Formats: sequence, structure tokens, C-alpha cells
Amino acid sequence: MLEGLVTEDIKPEGIYVILESAGMEIRKVSLELLSKCREIADLSGEVLTAVIAGKETERFAQKAAAYGADRVILLEDDRLALYTTGAYTSVLNRLIRKENPKAVILGNTAVGKDLAPRLAQRLGTGMASDCTGMEWDERYFIKFSRPVYGGKAFLEAVSDAYPIMATIRPNTFALGVEDDNRSAEVIRESTEIDGEDLRAIVKDIAMTVSQRPELIEADIIISGGRGMKGPENYQILEACADVIGAAVGASRAAVDAGWIEQKFQVGQTGKTVSPTLYIACGISGAIQHLAGMGSSKVIVAINKDPDANIFNLADYGIVGDLFEIVPLLTEEFRKL
Amino acid sequence: MNIIVCLKQTFDTEAKIQINSSGGIDSTGVNLVINPYDEFAVEEALKLKEAFGGTVTLVCMGREKAQEALRTALAMGCDQAVLICDPALVNADEWVVAEVLAKAVGQLPFDLILTGRIAVDDGSGQVAVRLAEALHIPSVSSILKLEAEDGKATVTREIDGGTELIEVSLPAVFTAQKGLNIPRYPTMLGIMKAKKKELKVLTLTDLDMAVETAVPKMKCLSCSLPKPRTGGKKLDYQPSEAAKELARLLREEAKVI
Repeated sequence: MLEGLVTEDIKPEGIYVILESAGMEIRKVSLELLSKCREIADLSGEVLTAVIAGKETERFAQKAAAYGADRVILLEDDRLALYTTGAYTSVLNRLIRKENPKAVILGNTAVGKDLAPRLAQRLGTGMASDCTGMEWDERYFIKFSRPVYGGKAFLEAVSDAYPIMATIRPNTFALGVEDDNRSAEVIRESTEIDGEDLRAIVKDIAMTVSQRPELIEADIIISGGRGMKGPENYQILEACADVIGAAVGASRAAVDAGWIEQKFQVGQTGKTVSPTLYIACGISGAIQHLAGMGSSKVIVAINKDPDANIFNLADYGIVGDLFEIVPLLTEEFRKL
Repeated sequence: MNIIVCLKQTFDTEAKIQINSSGGIDSTGVNLVINPYDEFAVEEALKLKEAFGGTVTLVCMGREKAQEALRTALAMGCDQAVLICDPALVNADEWVVAEVLAKAVGQLPFDLILTGRIAVDDGSGQVAVRLAEALHIPSVSSILKLEAEDGKATVTREIDGGTELIEVSLPAVFTAQKGLNIPRYPTMLGIMKAKKKELKVLTLTDLDMAVETAVPKMKCLSCSLPKPRTGGKKLDYQPSEAAKELARLLREEAKVI
């Protein structure tokens, strides 16, 4: 059992954001976290450090600086080219023990959800998952707000141990202004990875080829439910999605009917999303679905049933046949 | 193959959430179920048992009432169950839960551990990964397919925007994602048999854990309900007019397009 890092003689310092990349770019959620943590660093007088693990990481350093990092630590190793729990936990654990940060923040992505708890346990510290709020606090340093029961309630959580750790839901914080005049100290750290760390090997990766944004990071989502009537009809939503740069989602009813893959499911037993705009088509608004999308900024409902629950929370509602309305709407969007 | 399934009893996903007078979540009258994702873990464990023989042991930390969830899983075909129930664990965080489960699991023989990728109540998704760490074994999250053989497993896991094929040495922890299988229902015969199966209830003392070792690292300051959303504008026009007006409002009023 490991003890926490708090000792009387070494004071934890600084805020660390673990960045994630997708291809040649830093993921949007990582930049959102840098922007927000820059604010917290300014309020608290802490130094903001971005950490990037992987292969050819240097290309990300300037972008991290432009979004607010004071320091960028590169953990460069061929064996970190693909994410694996063991190797990433191992190198980050060593770095964090050496640097002794006050807070370590990650995105609530597939990688963040897998890495952060493992790292937290190895460091003997707590962690707040899938936060939708994070503010500087004089007493607790950072206070987190996180949804429970699929967003039907929220907790305010604080940590009694250092480093304070959390994963933050994508789209929670706005991107700051990219400032190319900002620069950061770039530090290369050595990596040590042993056999124990490589007990899981990635044999293959199959990415869905799509021009559409990833569901959990999308600014706009157009979703179809039971009212879609069949798998072939998702083309209507896809056509609309392509015009406005949206991701396509679905309710559980549509997934369970086999019309669309499970990875598109939004709801309490699917993905939780918080886009700027959520367009619900043929979705009645079951409590489990609302749990997954209730934090969307603007909600549009298109449904034949005037009594559908979704109208009780939609900002804009159209009672009508989605097969008629959505293509018309697509045309209108095209004109904008 | 000896398999452990870590299971949690949660509120039904239909449950309406209310805050009680002491500021916590009110569980009065709420229907309790097996965490939906843990059902996939139970099903996968039973399939492995059918293929390779061995036992499926349920391990759960929770309240007395969680015995109901364990009996249901026993009725599905699991062999035995352990419930860790102790008043000192009321405010346990994920760190504590993982330490407690690791202690309980450590007393049992196992080749692999299965559990749900997330519990639908706290939604934290940490415990399984932390448990693997506490046991010093690998873990793979959010699996959609599992093929186990002697000392090794090949799994497909969900990642953002695709899937990943991973080969991992056993023992390991796997967390089940929806799509892994379709959980079976308990049969009448299963329910009858389950009544006679062993269900041990343990305290921290039984696990040789001092209450002081179960101090959480995280604490909850308060609990609140989200601001209720109220219905906005209904666009009562002919379809083409309604579509036109909606596009305009989204651009000019809401400024989201």
C-alpha cells in the first residue's frame, strides 16, 4: 500500500495537465484543460506544466505553450507510441513522484479513464472522475463538480491527498485564445519502462473512418431514436450532420433495435455528452437518455408526439414528422 | 478457470433522484438492481465457465441489501458470493473500495476478474482499474470481446473513434462495455439453487483491515440537483416554415450554428 505524497518537508507545487494527441494534433479536450488550468494557475500563482508522452512529441510543445503552459515535459519513447496502461502509468508515476505536483488533470477520454485511476492508485491518492466543473478554491486548492446518477445529481468533491487528480469531461471548458507569442520551457525527461509494464500489447487498432467529429468531443450532435424506424433512415441524420459538422448519436431504443452501433448511444448506459447543440430526432426523452445529454447547451427536439417528454426540456421544439422536417432543416442549414 | 466478478448494487436507471434532509441522495423507495454493466461481466464469466469449467465467485462491497443483487447473480449461475459490509465504509472513495476489494480478492484463487466498465450510480469508473493496480496485475478497460486461453487473453476494447485489439497476460482485470454479450435471465431452477449457495458477509476485521486504513482521500462537500430545464419555444408552423425558423433561431438567437 502506497502512501500519499504529502510530507512535511516537500511542499507539492504546480498544476500538471497530461496531454493527449490524436495523429498530428493535440486533442481539443487537452487544450480546453490547458486553457482552464491557465486561469487557475494565474489565480493561485502556480506554475502550469503540460506533459506529453509518446513518440515525436516535440511537435506538440509550441501548441501547449500557446494555450498557456509555462513548462512542457516530453516523455519520449518508441514504446509509448501507442497508449498502453502499464507503460504510461509507469513513466508518469516516476515523473510525478519526482516533480511532486499539487494537481494532475487529464481529459475524461478512453485514455484518461483508463490511465488516471491506475496512476492515482499507484500514487496512493484520490481522484474525481468525469468532472463538469473545476474551480480554484482557497481552502481546498481545487473544487470539482461531477455528475452522479448519469447527471441526475451533482457532487462537489475535494481531495485530502496530493496530488489532487481528476479527469474532466470534454467540452466542459471553452478554449482560450491561442497565443503564438507565448513560449514555454521544454524539458525532456528520461523514460524507464520494464517488462512488467508491457504485459498488455496492442496488436491492432481499427479506427472508424469518419469525417465527422468524435461523439464525446463534438460541438453539435444530431441524434435519432425510436422514431427513426430503421437503420437505413440514419442517412437523413448523416446528411444533416455533414452540413453542420455534427456527430451522429442515438438513443438506447435505436441501439437495442439494432439500427445503429452501440458506440453511438447517448445516455446513462451509453456516452455522456455536452455539446453546444443537441438535436434530438424521434427521441421521446426517457430519463436515461436525458441523463446522457442533459448538460447540452441548447437542445432541439423534433418529434411527432406533442406530449413527448423531450419537449419539456428542449429550447426549441418542432412537433412533426422527422422524415419531413430533417431534410428541410438540412436544406436551410446549407443556405446559412 | 476461476473467475471473480466484482459486482455493485445500484439504483435502477429509471430512478428519480432526490436530496434528503441531511443533504445526501435519498434512497427511499428506490428500486435497486445489479449495476447494468456488471451484468455483462456476470454473463461473460458464466460463458467462460461453460467453456473451461471452474468457478465464478462474486465479490461485492456494499450494504446489507446488496445481498439481493448477489442472490440474483447466483441465480444466473455464479457459484458463490462474498459481501463486504462494514459501517466504516459508508463514505469510502474509490481508493478505499479498491483496497478493500483487493484484500478480499487476494484471499481467493483466480485467473481473471471481470466487472462493469462503470457503475451507473457514482459514474466514476475507477474501481476496476485501481483494483488491478492494487493487485499488481494488468487491466483492459471497456472490452467488447474476450477470448481467454491458458495464461493469456485477447480482447477487443473500445477507444475513442474505434477499437483496439489487445493481448494481455493473465491474471488480469477486464471491464465490460455494453455489446460484450447479452446477459441471461435467472431461471426458476436457478433461483431455487441460489438460495443454497454460499454468501459470506465479511467486515473489515474479517479482512484483517484496520478501520484507519479505510480513510478516503476524496470527500464530498455537497450534493445538488441540476437546474431543471424548462421547455422553450415550440415552432408551430408548417414543416418548411418551421425548419426555416429553427435554422434562423439557431443562428441568430442561440448563436450555435
